[in-house]
Amino acid sequence: MKGDSHLLLRRFSLSRAKEQAIQFSLFLCALLSVVTTLGIIIVLVNEAVVAVGPNAAFFQEVSLKEFFTDTRWTPQFADKHFGVLPLLAGTFLIAGIAALIALPIGLASAIYLCEYAAPRTRDFVKPSLEILAGVPTVVYGYFALVFVTPYLLKPIFQDLLGFDVGVFNAASAGIVVGVMILPMVSSLSEDALRAVPRGLREAGYALGSTKFDVSVKIVLPAAASGIMASFLLAISRAVGETMAVSIAAGMTPALTMNPFRSVQTMTSYIVNVSLGDTPAGSVQYQSLYAIALTLFCITLAMNILSQVVLSRYREVYE
Amino acid sequence: MMSRLKVMPDNPPRRPQAEALKPPPETTAAPAKIETRDLSFFYGENQVLFDVSMTIRERAVTALIGPSGCGKSTFLRTINRMNDIIEGTRLTGHVSLEGIDIYAKQVDVVALRNRVGMVFQKSNPFPKSIFENVAYGPKIAGERKKKVLAEIVQRSLKRAALWEEVKDRLNDSALALSGGQQQRLCIARALATDPDVLLMDEPASALDPASTAKIEDLIFELKENYTIVIVTHNMQQASRISDQTAFFYEGRLIEMEPTTALFTKPREQRTEDYITGRFG
Amino acid sequence: MNKPKSVFESRLAARHRQGRLFGAVCMASTWFGIGVLVVLLAGVTWQAAGWLNWSFLTNFDSRHPEQAGILAGLWGSLWLILFTTLFSVPVGVGAALYLEEYESNGWLQRLIQVNLSNLAGVPSIVYGILGLTVFVRMFGVFGSQPKVVALSLGFTDLEIPLPFGRTVIAAALTLTLLILPVVIVAAQEALRAVPSSIRTASYALGATKWQTIRHQVLPAAAPGILTGVILAVSRAIGETAPLVMIGALTYVAFTPGDISSPTDIITNPAGLAEAPFDTFTALPIQIFNWVSRPKTEYQHVAAAGILVLLTVLLVLNGVAIALRHRYQKRIRW
Ligand SMILES: Nc1ncnc2c1ncn2[C@@H]1O[C@H](COP(=O)(O)OP(=O)(O)OP(=O)(O)O)[C@@H](O)[C@H]1O
Ligand SMILES: [Mg+2]
Repeated sequence: MKGDSHLLLRRFSLSRAKEQAIQFSLFLCALLSVVTTLGIIIVLVNEAVVAVGPNAAFFQEVSLKEFFTDTRWTPQFADKHFGVLPLLAGTFLIAGIAALIALPIGLASAIYLCEYAAPRTRDFVKPSLEILAGVPTVVYGYFALVFVTPYLLKPIFQDLLGFDVGVFNAASAGIVVGVMILPMVSSLSEDALRAVPRGLREAGYALGSTKFDVSVKIVLPAAASGIMASFLLAISRAVGETMAVSIAAGMTPALTMNPFRSVQTMTSYIVNVSLGDTPAGSVQYQSLYAIALTLFCITLAMNILSQVVLSRYREVYE
Repeated sequence: MMSRLKVMPDNPPRRPQAEALKPPPETTAAPAKIETRDLSFFYGENQVLFDVSMTIRERAVTALIGPSGCGKSTFLRTINRMNDIIEGTRLTGHVSLEGIDIYAKQVDVVALRNRVGMVFQKSNPFPKSIFENVAYGPKIAGERKKKVLAEIVQRSLKRAALWEEVKDRLNDSALALSGGQQQRLCIARALATDPDVLLMDEPASALDPASTAKIEDLIFELKENYTIVIVTHNMQQASRISDQTAFFYEGRLIEMEPTTALFTKPREQRTEDYITGRFG
Repeated sequence: MNKPKSVFESRLAARHRQGRLFGAVCMASTWFGIGVLVVLLAGVTWQAAGWLNWSFLTNFDSRHPEQAGILAGLWGSLWLILFTTLFSVPVGVGAALYLEEYESNGWLQRLIQVNLSNLAGVPSIVYGILGLTVFVRMFGVFGSQPKVVALSLGFTDLEIPLPFGRTVIAAALTLTLLILPVVIVAAQEALRAVPSSIRTASYALGATKWQTIRHQVLPAAAPGILTGVILAVSRAIGETAPLVMIGALTYVAFTPGDISSPTDIITNPAGLAEAPFDTFTALPIQIFNWVSRPKTEYQHVAAAGILVLLTVLLVLNGVAIALRHRYQKRIRW
């Protein structure tokens, strides 16, 4: 009798131990995402700000003041300058062009899908937009270089309007990045529009609104923060976009607002360094981490901002 | 014409003077404002209204009563074609406003809804300021003059008995108002477009007795100028405020009578069962 | 008639015109995206016509555009798909299980959740830098000369270089970190869709938590999880920036482990053990490389490569959609 119950007890605690071991390993899996974030921060900060390894960190060689105020980015010249402004300008020029295309068109298509389209149209359009979102960015780069510049930009802006359109230019990159983030704007904005309570639409129609009145004067303002959040996310995606920009915009750091010139973005600079034969440990190589850290901070700030905006919005309807 | 309609069918305790004025009303003599003929309505395959034929009199209050799910809201929403915005619905039969078939091809729904206002069961103020809520209707209709808008807002809020409570904070968010205030705001908003017909779907269902009383007073005043159709679950309320009462059961109009008649000697057994609380 | 009414009437026609115009603009915007997609696909197909043929699929890259092929990239991508899936599924599902079944409302769960949505917004090139430092170079702790750790597998030795260097395994681990947030969120959604009655019933029979998860919850959530994984992996296939960053080779005339056809797996089993630790190239890397070459013929080669890449993606997505379809049907029954 006694032996039996002893056995029971032992098996019981064994299975308990197993359960706990499993729970612990699942916990480790979940923790990995936090570790990844920490890893990114440590790697970037280590090489850019404080050096633990053998090499000096970037900001130990280049002052913050030079980094943020110098207007030249010439790491590969004899006369080295590390002013991030040209890269920032290039990045935001392209992100701006992309936003100019994706935000209005994406929002309009969200309104169409939410307020106007028949279910059957929606069933066709939404998967198609998903495909558009799934096209790899290297393909968009190819499209910009081989189609957008020669068949769209050159005929209109060079032959017709007399601008000088380069083979590599910010406009073509901006356009394709705009197309790339378009599905994201459209689907996130549509979610925001859909979250507007039905009662508000009914109230609007009952007051003699046209569909335009309801969409633009009632639903849109009510969904404003959700739409803002989707805009921020999309722009942050455009800022971090790499391949299309590297292929189509070229590799010339330039402090310019001319969309028909070649520019370099933060991401394409990183690609440029990693493709070249810059020796690891040199200031030039470490600059890659400084740029990556800047990029990480900008996109993170935009993401957090979008979450803040979104959580504000949730409060209104809860 | 007005005098015929200014009569209370029942004796609300709060209005002793009303009953003293007139003998029992002959509401049937008032001209018809809205008529439905053989109106049937379907949500997809599901038929929820069956051959409803009803005449709604001008400048009177018509109450719709009946158990939950019997189609009162659906019927009400056919009068301003609110059901049009629900996908997969179908309607047969006729609904006319002043003799014009409102489901005819050439009828402009926007114009129709401008004349037929609606107040919903659940108050639904826009997430804008009090002023913007009330000014919304006139604004989309094309009124741009600030002074005119301000006048309309003030007049509508006064008629909805809300002016005194909000006149100092017209620019505050409407969502900060209490439930009863929000409902009166929605009424003010409906009045601001100056409709001739007002459809009210259980406007007082979520309110406390004090707010309910205010809304009932309001309905009583409004019927001088408006034709009012109101859905209610509250028998006392129906008998207090309406001239005519229609009883719906499972999508059919069982009977429609002057309110006093319906509540004192219903013709149908089912009506009697319902108003005496035996079911529903 | 009072004033607003007459204003109403005079403005009504104009309002309807405005509404119709607005609706047309919105509709055009919606079709714009689809139009671009059609132009893109048609353009690529047109450029690739005549270049995408059998020898393109079976040749290595070449200095002569007519002889250039995508064999190395195809095998490289296949190995990446394999290992990325192998790594991301257990970890992603494990994390989702922890968040959904064990720790559903604690502060830790909220922290991880917020962290996940922020990770999803980190540019892929930053993951590339992480992978380069952590997997390719391993912080430089092993010095400049890689050490090799050998494990005997019986038929061959598994030679693991430390640090990993620019190998398939380093790339797969990087891509795993990249898609993990997507996999976790997808798996969480699939787990949430499992009705809680299944769990209660299992507990009532005396099953432990893990038994319940393993025999009831996971099988019920499997199709949803699988769909999410496939979509996430197909995103990884197209990712170029992190691979460029960790140094995938651009001009390659071999396949990982020298396995370049299915029969090689039988004739050269040792290759299977070598492949994960071999250097490699991948489909998008080859495309990027061709696009960057000045000779215009390479634009056609790139187009052919893009068609191959899009086909691979289409197949993967098709499988995911089919799975989702079956899954939805089953729920309805
Ligand atoms: N949008 C809809 N889609 C499908 N069916 C609906 C919809 N709205 C109402 N119904 C159905 O139509 C029938 C009538 O509904 P209706 O809302 O008109 O009832 P009601 O009399 O107003 O009820 P209550 O007193 O509860 O408000 C119900 O059976 C309901 O389920
Ligand atoms: Mg109702």
